[in-house]
Amino acid sequence: MERSSLDVWVGIFVVGGMVALLILALKVGNAGDLLRAGPTYTLTASFENIGGLKPKAPVRSAGVVVGRVVTIDYDPETFNAVVTLSIAKRFDRFPKDTFASIYTSGLLGEQYVGLAPGGDEKVLANGDRISKTQKAVVLEDLIGQFMTSRAGEPAAK
Amino acid sequence: MIDKGWLTVGGIGRWAIDTFLRLGFAARFLGLTLLNSGVCLRRPRLVVREVYFSGVLSLVIILVSGLFVGMVLGLQGYQTLKTYGSESALGVLVALSLLRELGPVITALLFASRAGSAVTAEIGLMKATEQLRAMEMMAVDPIARVVAPRFWAGVISTPLLTAMFTAMGIYGGYLVGVVLLGVDEGSFWSQMQNSVDFREDVVNGLLKSLAFGFAISWIAVFEGYDAPPTAEGVSGATTRTVVTSALTILFLDYILTSLMFRGL
Repeated sequence: MERSSLDVWVGIFVVGGMVALLILALKVGNAGDLLRAGPTYTLTASFENIGGLKPKAPVRSAGVVVGRVVTIDYDPETFNAVVTLSIAKRFDRFPKDTFASIYTSGLLGEQYVGLAPGGDEKVLANGDRISKTQKAVVLEDLIGQFMTSRAGEPAAK
Repeated sequence: MIDKGWLTVGGIGRWAIDTFLRLGFAARFLGLTLLNSGVCLRRPRLVVREVYFSGVLSLVIILVSGLFVGMVLGLQGYQTLKTYGSESALGVLVALSLLRELGPVITALLFASRAGSAVTAEIGLMKATEQLRAMEMMAVDPIARVVAPRFWAGVISTPLLTAMFTAMGIYGGYLVGVVLLGVDEGSFWSQMQNSVDFREDVVNGLLKSLAFGFAISWIAVFEGYDAPPTAEGVSGATTRTVVTSALTILFLDYILTSLMFRGL
Protein backbone atom coordinates (compact mmCIF):
# COMPACT_ATOMS: atom_id res chain seq x y z
CA MET A 1 0.00 0.00 0.00
CA GLU A 2 1.34 3.41 -0.92
CA ARG A 3 1.95 5.86 1.82
CA SER A 4 -0.31 8.59 0.46
CA SER A 5 -3.38 6.36 0.10
CA LEU A 6 -2.73 5.07 3.61
CA ASP A 7 -2.81 8.65 4.85
CA VAL A 8 -6.11 9.23 3.08
CA TRP A 9 -7.69 6.23 4.77
CA VAL A 10 -6.49 7.35 8.20
CA GLY A 11 -7.82 10.82 7.44
CA ILE A 12 -11.22 9.40 6.52
CA PHE A 13 -11.12 7.31 9.70
CA VAL A 14 -10.42 10.30 11.94
CA VAL A 15 -13.05 12.44 10.20
CA GLY A 16 -15.57 9.59 10.52
CA GLY A 17 -14.88 9.38 14.24
CA MET A 18 -15.34 13.13 14.64
CA VAL A 19 -18.59 13.06 12.66
CA ALA A 20 -19.88 10.22 14.84
CA LEU A 21 -18.97 12.24 17.92
CA LEU A 22 -20.78 15.27 16.53
CA ILE A 23 -23.87 13.17 15.86
CA LEU A 24 -23.74 11.87 19.42
CA ALA A 25 -23.39 15.38 20.78
CA LEU A 26 -26.03 17.13 18.69
CA LYS A 27 -28.56 14.53 17.60
CA VAL A 28 -28.44 12.15 20.57
CA GLY A 29 -27.31 14.40 23.40
CA ASN A 30 -28.32 17.87 24.48
CA ALA A 31 -25.18 19.74 23.44
CA GLY A 32 -27.29 21.43 20.76
CA ASP A 33 -29.45 22.95 23.49
CA LEU A 34 -26.40 24.34 25.23
CA LEU A 35 -25.20 25.95 22.03
CA ARG A 36 -28.60 27.27 21.08
CA ALA A 37 -29.55 28.38 24.58
CA GLY A 38 -28.24 31.93 24.37
CA PRO A 39 -28.61 34.37 27.26
CA THR A 40 -30.88 33.45 30.16
CA TYR A 41 -32.24 35.02 33.31
CA THR A 42 -33.11 33.37 36.61
CA LEU A 43 -36.29 33.23 38.63
CA THR A 44 -36.91 31.50 41.94
CA ALA A 45 -40.04 29.82 43.20
CA SER A 46 -40.70 28.09 46.50
CA PHE A 47 -42.91 25.04 46.56
CA GLU A 48 -44.49 23.23 49.49
CA ASN A 49 -43.51 19.93 47.89
CA ILE A 50 -41.60 19.31 44.69
CA GLY A 51 -42.30 15.60 44.39
CA GLY A 52 -39.66 14.06 42.14
CA LEU A 53 -38.51 17.24 40.38
CA LYS A 54 -34.83 17.13 39.44
CA PRO A 55 -32.27 19.70 38.32
CA LYS A 56 -32.26 20.16 34.52
CA ALA A 57 -35.98 19.36 34.34
CA PRO A 58 -37.71 21.46 31.68
CA VAL A 59 -39.74 24.60 32.44
CA ARG A 60 -42.72 24.81 30.11
CA SER A 61 -45.26 27.45 29.35
CA ALA A 62 -48.20 26.39 27.19
CA GLY A 63 -46.28 23.15 26.69
CA VAL A 64 -43.27 24.85 25.11
CA VAL A 65 -39.90 24.50 26.82
CA VAL A 66 -38.82 28.01 27.87
CA GLY A 67 -36.10 27.10 30.37
CA ARG A 68 -34.59 24.59 32.79
CA VAL A 69 -34.50 23.97 36.51
CA VAL A 70 -31.02 24.90 37.72
CA THR A 71 -30.88 24.15 41.44
CA ILE A 72 -33.21 22.81 44.09
CA ASP A 73 -32.63 23.85 47.68
CA TYR A 74 -34.45 23.61 51.01
CA ASP A 75 -35.33 26.72 53.00
CA PRO A 76 -35.06 25.93 56.74
CA GLU A 77 -37.06 29.09 57.64
CA THR A 78 -40.21 28.40 55.68
CA PHE A 79 -39.75 24.62 55.30
CA ASN A 80 -40.29 25.01 51.58
CA ALA A 81 -38.28 23.81 48.60
CA VAL A 82 -36.66 26.68 46.69
CA VAL A 83 -36.32 26.00 42.97
CA THR A 84 -34.15 28.21 40.76
CA LEU A 85 -35.29 28.41 37.16
CA SER A 86 -33.19 29.56 34.23
CA ILE A 87 -35.42 31.05 31.52
CA ALA A 88 -34.35 32.05 28.02
CA LYS A 89 -33.89 35.80 27.69
CA ARG A 90 -36.28 36.08 24.76
CA PHE A 91 -39.15 34.95 27.01
CA ASP A 92 -38.75 37.86 29.45
CA ARG A 93 -42.38 39.02 29.51
CA PHE A 94 -43.91 36.76 32.14
CA PRO A 95 -46.33 38.83 34.29
CA LYS A 96 -45.72 39.27 38.03
CA ASP A 97 -48.65 37.02 38.90
CA THR A 98 -47.46 34.08 36.83
CA PHE A 99 -48.48 30.79 38.40
CA ALA A 100 -45.82 28.06 38.74
CA SER A 101 -46.91 24.45 39.22
CA ILE A 102 -45.19 21.09 39.10
CA TYR A 103 -46.71 18.67 36.62
CA THR A 104 -45.89 15.17 35.47
CA SER A 105 -45.76 14.37 31.76
CA GLY A 106 -47.64 11.12 31.37
CA LEU A 107 -48.52 8.80 34.23
CA LEU A 108 -44.94 7.81 35.04
CA GLY A 109 -43.08 10.44 33.03
CA GLU A 110 -40.61 13.09 34.12
CA GLN A 111 -41.74 16.03 36.21
CA TYR A 112 -41.51 19.58 34.96
CA VAL A 113 -42.38 23.11 36.06
CA GLY A 114 -45.32 24.64 34.24
CA LEU A 115 -45.70 28.44 34.06
CA ALA A 116 -49.19 29.85 33.57
CA PRO A 117 -48.99 33.60 32.84
CA GLY A 118 -51.36 35.86 34.79
CA GLY A 119 -52.70 39.27 33.82
CA ASP A 120 -50.43 41.67 35.70
CA GLU A 121 -48.98 44.68 33.83
CA LYS A 122 -45.59 44.37 35.53
CA VAL A 123 -43.28 41.58 34.36
CA LEU A 124 -40.86 39.29 36.21
CA ALA A 125 -37.24 40.41 35.99
CA ASN A 126 -33.95 38.65 36.66
CA GLY A 127 -33.77 37.30 40.26
CA ASP A 128 -37.47 37.79 40.97
CA ARG A 129 -39.47 35.32 42.98
CA ILE A 130 -42.64 33.70 41.68
CA SER A 131 -45.07 34.03 44.58
CA LYS A 132 -47.94 31.92 43.31
CA THR A 133 -47.00 28.27 43.28
CA GLN A 134 -48.73 24.94 43.49
CA LYS A 135 -47.02 21.89 44.95
CA ALA A 136 -46.51 18.64 43.07
CA VAL A 137 -49.22 16.03 43.22
CA VAL A 138 -47.92 13.13 45.26
CA LEU A 139 -49.54 9.87 44.29
CA GLU A 140 -49.63 8.56 47.87
CA ASP A 141 -51.51 11.67 49.06
CA LEU A 142 -53.99 11.27 46.24
CA ILE A 143 -54.62 7.63 47.10
CA GLY A 144 -54.93 8.58 50.76
CA GLN A 145 -57.57 11.23 49.97
CA PHE A 146 -59.40 8.79 47.76
CA MET A 147 -59.43 6.17 50.52
CA THR A 148 -60.74 8.58 53.18
CA SER A 149 -63.41 9.94 50.87
CA ARG A 150 -64.52 6.43 49.98
CA ALA A 151 -64.64 5.47 53.66
CA GLY A 152 -67.60 7.81 54.16
CA GLU A 153 -69.68 6.28 51.37
CA PRO A 154 -71.85 3.21 51.84
CA ALA A 155 -70.12 0.04 50.70
CA ALA A 156 -70.78 -0.89 47.08
CA LYS A 157 -73.03 -3.85 46.52
CA MET B 1 3.14 -23.49 35.57
CA ILE B 2 1.09 -26.73 35.75
CA ASP B 3 4.02 -28.63 37.27
CA LYS B 4 3.30 -31.47 39.64
CA GLY B 5 3.75 -29.32 42.68
CA TRP B 6 2.64 -25.77 42.09
CA LEU B 7 0.33 -26.04 45.08
CA THR B 8 3.32 -26.48 47.35
CA VAL B 9 4.70 -23.55 49.32
CA GLY B 10 7.59 -23.23 46.91
CA GLY B 11 5.22 -23.32 43.94
CA ILE B 12 3.06 -20.53 45.31
CA GLY B 13 6.15 -18.51 46.09
CA ARG B 14 7.49 -18.99 42.59
CA TRP B 15 4.15 -18.00 41.12
CA ALA B 16 3.99 -14.87 43.28
CA ILE B 17 7.55 -13.83 42.41
CA ASP B 18 6.84 -14.42 38.72
CA THR B 19 3.67 -12.32 38.84
CA PHE B 20 5.25 -9.39 40.63
CA LEU B 21 8.29 -9.57 38.38
CA ARG B 22 6.08 -9.30 35.30
CA LEU B 23 3.96 -6.53 36.85
CA GLY B 24 7.04 -4.53 37.75
CA PHE B 25 8.51 -5.00 34.29
CA ALA B 26 5.17 -4.01 32.73
CA ALA B 27 5.12 -0.77 34.74
CA ARG B 28 8.75 0.00 33.88
CA PHE B 29 8.00 -0.80 30.24
CA LEU B 30 5.04 1.60 30.21
CA GLY B 31 7.26 4.32 31.66
CA LEU B 32 9.90 3.68 28.99
CA THR B 33 7.25 3.76 26.25
CA LEU B 34 5.86 7.08 27.47
CA LEU B 35 9.35 8.55 27.80
CA ASN B 36 10.19 7.49 24.24
CA SER B 37 6.97 8.81 22.73
CA GLY B 38 8.59 11.98 21.48
CA VAL B 39 9.43 10.25 18.24
CA CYS B 40 5.69 9.93 17.52
CA LEU B 41 5.43 13.72 17.45
CA ARG B 42 8.56 14.17 15.38
CA ARG B 43 7.55 11.46 12.89
CA PRO B 44 3.73 11.31 12.90
CA ARG B 45 3.86 9.07 9.81
CA LEU B 46 4.83 6.18 12.10
CA VAL B 47 1.62 6.60 14.11
CA VAL B 48 -0.51 7.16 11.00
CA ARG B 49 0.65 3.82 9.63
CA GLU B 50 -0.30 2.04 12.85
CA VAL B 51 -3.65 3.83 13.08
CA TYR B 52 -4.32 2.43 9.63
CA PHE B 53 -3.55 -1.16 10.66
CA SER B 54 -5.23 -0.98 14.08
CA GLY B 55 -8.07 1.45 13.53
CA VAL B 56 -9.05 1.66 9.88
CA LEU B 57 -8.91 -2.10 9.35
CA SER B 58 -11.12 -2.62 12.45
CA LEU B 59 -13.80 -0.33 11.01
CA VAL B 60 -15.86 -3.02 9.30
CA ILE B 61 -16.18 -5.30 12.33
CA ILE B 62 -16.90 -2.31 14.60
CA LEU B 63 -19.59 -0.80 12.38
CA VAL B 64 -21.35 -4.12 11.67
CA SER B 65 -21.26 -5.15 15.34
CA GLY B 66 -22.54 -1.74 16.37
CA LEU B 67 -25.46 -1.98 13.99
CA PHE B 68 -26.45 -5.43 15.22
CA VAL B 69 -26.01 -4.63 18.91
CA GLY B 70 -28.25 -1.58 18.44
CA MET B 71 -30.82 -3.62 16.54
CA VAL B 72 -30.95 -6.29 19.25
CA LEU B 73 -31.27 -3.60 21.91
CA GLY B 74 -34.14 -2.07 19.99
CA LEU B 75 -35.90 -5.42 19.66
CA GLN B 76 -35.42 -6.54 23.26
CA GLY B 77 -36.12 -3.10 24.69
CA TYR B 78 -39.32 -2.84 22.68
CA GLN B 79 -40.61 -6.20 23.93
CA THR B 80 -40.03 -5.23 27.56
CA LEU B 81 -41.16 -1.61 27.35
CA LYS B 82 -44.34 -2.60 25.51
CA THR B 83 -45.45 -4.47 28.63
CA TYR B 84 -45.56 -1.13 30.45
CA GLY B 85 -46.91 0.78 27.49
CA SER B 86 -43.84 3.02 27.36
CA GLU B 87 -42.37 2.16 23.96
CA SER B 88 -41.62 5.84 23.52
CA ALA B 89 -38.75 5.45 26.01
CA LEU B 90 -37.01 3.07 23.59
CA GLY B 91 -34.73 5.80 22.30
CA VAL B 92 -33.57 6.61 25.83
CA LEU B 93 -32.91 2.94 26.58
CA VAL B 94 -30.91 2.35 23.41
CA ALA B 95 -28.92 5.58 23.62
CA LEU B 96 -28.05 5.42 27.30
CA SER B 97 -27.06 1.76 27.35
CA LEU B 98 -24.89 2.25 24.27
CA LEU B 99 -23.30 5.52 25.37
CA ARG B 100 -22.56 4.50 28.93
CA GLU B 101 -21.71 0.82 28.75
CA LEU B 102 -22.11 -1.22 25.60
CA GLY B 103 -20.37 1.18 23.22
CA PRO B 104 -17.10 1.55 25.15
CA VAL B 105 -16.99 -2.04 26.43
CA ILE B 106 -17.87 -3.97 23.27
CA THR B 107 -15.69 -1.73 21.12
CA ALA B 108 -12.79 -2.31 23.51
CA LEU B 109 -13.33 -6.08 23.55
CA LEU B 110 -13.49 -6.20 19.75
CA PHE B 111 -10.50 -3.90 19.42
CA ALA B 112 -8.45 -6.05 21.82
CA SER B 113 -9.15 -9.20 19.86
CA ARG B 114 -8.92 -7.62 16.41
CA ALA B 115 -6.00 -5.21 16.80
CA GLY B 116 -4.40 -5.91 20.20
CA SER B 117 -3.67 -9.52 19.34
CA ALA B 118 -2.18 -8.49 15.99
CA VAL B 119 0.13 -5.98 17.68
CA THR B 120 1.29 -8.62 20.18
CA ALA B 121 1.92 -11.18 17.45
CA GLU B 122 3.79 -8.65 15.33
CA ILE B 123 6.09 -7.43 18.10
CA GLY B 124 6.53 -10.97 19.43
CA LEU B 125 7.55 -12.24 16.01
CA MET B 126 9.90 -9.30 15.51
CA LYS B 127 11.52 -10.28 18.77
CA ALA B 128 11.63 -13.99 17.87
CA THR B 129 13.27 -13.25 14.52
CA GLU B 130 15.69 -10.88 16.27
CA GLN B 131 14.56 -7.81 14.34
CA LEU B 132 14.38 -5.84 17.58
CA ARG B 133 17.93 -6.92 18.43
CA ALA B 134 19.03 -5.87 14.93
CA MET B 135 17.52 -2.42 15.43
CA GLU B 136 19.43 -2.01 18.67
CA MET B 137 22.61 -2.93 16.81
CA MET B 138 21.88 -0.11 14.37
CA ALA B 139 21.35 2.28 17.30
CA VAL B 140 17.61 2.50 16.64
CA ASP B 141 15.65 2.24 19.86
CA PRO B 142 12.98 -0.42 19.22
CA ILE B 143 10.77 1.03 21.95
CA ALA B 144 10.67 4.40 20.22
CA ARG B 145 10.52 3.03 16.68
CA VAL B 146 8.23 -0.02 17.11
CA VAL B 147 6.45 0.06 20.47
CA ALA B 148 5.49 3.71 21.01
CA PRO B 149 3.73 4.26 17.63
CA ARG B 150 1.66 1.09 18.12
CA PHE B 151 0.81 2.12 21.66
CA TRP B 152 -0.39 5.60 20.69
CA ALA B 153 -2.23 4.34 17.63
CA GLY B 154 -4.31 2.13 19.94
CA VAL B 155 -4.99 5.00 22.36
CA ILE B 156 -6.12 7.24 19.46
CA SER B 157 -8.19 4.62 17.65
CA THR B 158 -10.32 3.34 20.53
CA PRO B 159 -12.36 6.51 21.27
CA LEU B 160 -12.92 7.13 17.55
CA LEU B 161 -14.09 3.56 17.04
CA THR B 162 -16.30 3.82 20.12
CA ALA B 163 -17.99 6.96 18.80
CA MET B 164 -18.68 5.25 15.48
CA PHE B 165 -19.88 2.06 17.18
CA THR B 166 -22.30 4.01 19.37
CA ALA B 167 -23.63 6.17 16.54
CA MET B 168 -24.13 3.05 14.42
CA GLY B 169 -25.83 1.25 17.31
CA ILE B 170 -28.28 4.08 17.89
CA TYR B 171 -29.07 4.05 14.19
CA GLY B 172 -29.63 0.27 14.45
CA GLY B 173 -32.00 0.80 17.36
CA TYR B 174 -33.80 3.45 15.31
CA LEU B 175 -34.09 1.07 12.35
CA VAL B 176 -35.68 -1.70 14.39
CA GLY B 177 -37.67 0.48 16.78
CA VAL B 178 -39.04 3.17 14.49
CA VAL B 179 -38.89 1.74 10.97
CA LEU B 180 -39.72 -1.88 11.77
CA LEU B 181 -41.79 -1.86 14.96
CA GLY B 182 -43.47 1.51 14.57
CA VAL B 183 -42.36 3.46 17.64
CA ASP B 184 -43.18 7.13 17.12
CA GLU B 185 -40.18 8.82 15.53
CA GLY B 186 -40.65 12.14 17.30
CA SER B 187 -40.78 10.70 20.80
CA PHE B 188 -37.89 8.35 20.01
CA TRP B 189 -35.51 11.24 19.32
CA SER B 190 -36.93 13.89 21.64
CA GLN B 191 -37.04 11.68 24.72
CA MET B 192 -33.50 10.60 23.89
CA GLN B 193 -32.33 14.19 23.67
CA ASN B 194 -34.09 15.06 26.91
CA SER B 195 -32.44 12.26 28.87
CA VAL B 196 -28.96 12.11 27.37
CA ASP B 197 -26.65 14.66 28.89
CA PHE B 198 -23.61 15.66 26.85
CA ARG B 199 -21.23 15.97 29.79
CA GLU B 200 -22.56 13.07 31.85
CA ASP B 201 -23.12 10.48 29.17
CA VAL B 202 -21.31 11.28 25.94
CA VAL B 203 -18.10 12.62 27.47
CA ASN B 204 -17.97 10.00 30.22
CA GLY B 205 -18.40 7.22 27.67
CA LEU B 206 -15.50 8.59 25.64
CA LEU B 207 -13.33 8.93 28.75
CA LYS B 208 -14.06 5.29 29.47
CA SER B 209 -13.04 4.24 25.98
CA LEU B 210 -9.85 6.29 26.30
CA ALA B 211 -8.99 4.39 29.48
CA PHE B 212 -9.76 1.09 27.76
CA GLY B 213 -7.62 2.04 24.75
CA PHE B 214 -4.74 2.87 27.07
CA ALA B 215 -5.08 -0.46 28.91
CA ILE B 216 -5.41 -2.56 25.74
CA SER B 217 -2.44 -0.89 24.05
CA TRP B 218 -0.30 -1.26 27.12
CA ILE B 219 -1.14 -4.96 27.49
CA ALA B 220 -0.70 -5.66 23.77
CA VAL B 221 2.72 -4.05 23.35
CA PHE B 222 3.96 -5.42 26.67
CA GLU B 223 2.91 -9.01 25.94
CA GLY B 224 4.56 -8.78 22.53
CA TYR B 225 7.79 -7.37 23.93
CA ASP B 226 7.83 -9.86 26.79
CA ALA B 227 6.95 -12.93 24.68
CA PRO B 228 9.40 -15.83 24.78
CA PRO B 229 11.10 -15.77 21.37
CA THR B 230 9.61 -19.03 20.16
CA ALA B 231 6.56 -19.94 18.08
CA GLU B 232 4.87 -21.28 21.19
CA GLY B 233 5.81 -18.18 23.18
CA VAL B 234 4.31 -15.81 20.60
CA SER B 235 1.06 -17.78 20.39
CA GLY B 236 0.81 -17.84 24.20
CA ALA B 237 1.45 -14.09 24.37
CA THR B 238 -1.28 -13.42 21.79
CA THR B 239 -3.76 -15.47 23.80
CA ARG B 240 -2.74 -13.70 27.00
CA THR B 241 -3.28 -10.30 25.35
CA VAL B 242 -6.89 -11.12 24.54
CA VAL B 243 -7.65 -12.74 27.92
CA THR B 244 -5.92 -10.10 30.03
CA SER B 245 -7.41 -7.24 28.00
CA ALA B 246 -10.93 -8.63 28.31
CA LEU B 247 -10.62 -9.05 32.08
CA THR B 248 -8.99 -5.63 32.50
CA ILE B 249 -11.69 -3.94 30.41
CA LEU B 250 -14.52 -5.45 32.43
CA PHE B 251 -12.81 -4.71 35.74
CA LEU B 252 -11.95 -1.13 34.73
CA ASP B 253 -15.49 -0.67 33.48
CA TYR B 254 -16.93 -1.45 36.89
CA ILE B 255 -14.50 0.90 38.62
CA LEU B 256 -15.10 3.74 36.15
CA THR B 257 -18.87 3.30 36.21
CA SER B 258 -18.96 3.46 39.99
CA LEU B 259 -16.83 6.61 39.91
CA MET B 260 -18.61 8.38 37.04
CA PHE B 261 -22.27 7.58 37.50
CA ARG B 262 -22.43 7.68 41.27
CA GLY B 263 -25.10 10.34 41.56
CA LEU B 264 -27.41 8.98 38.87
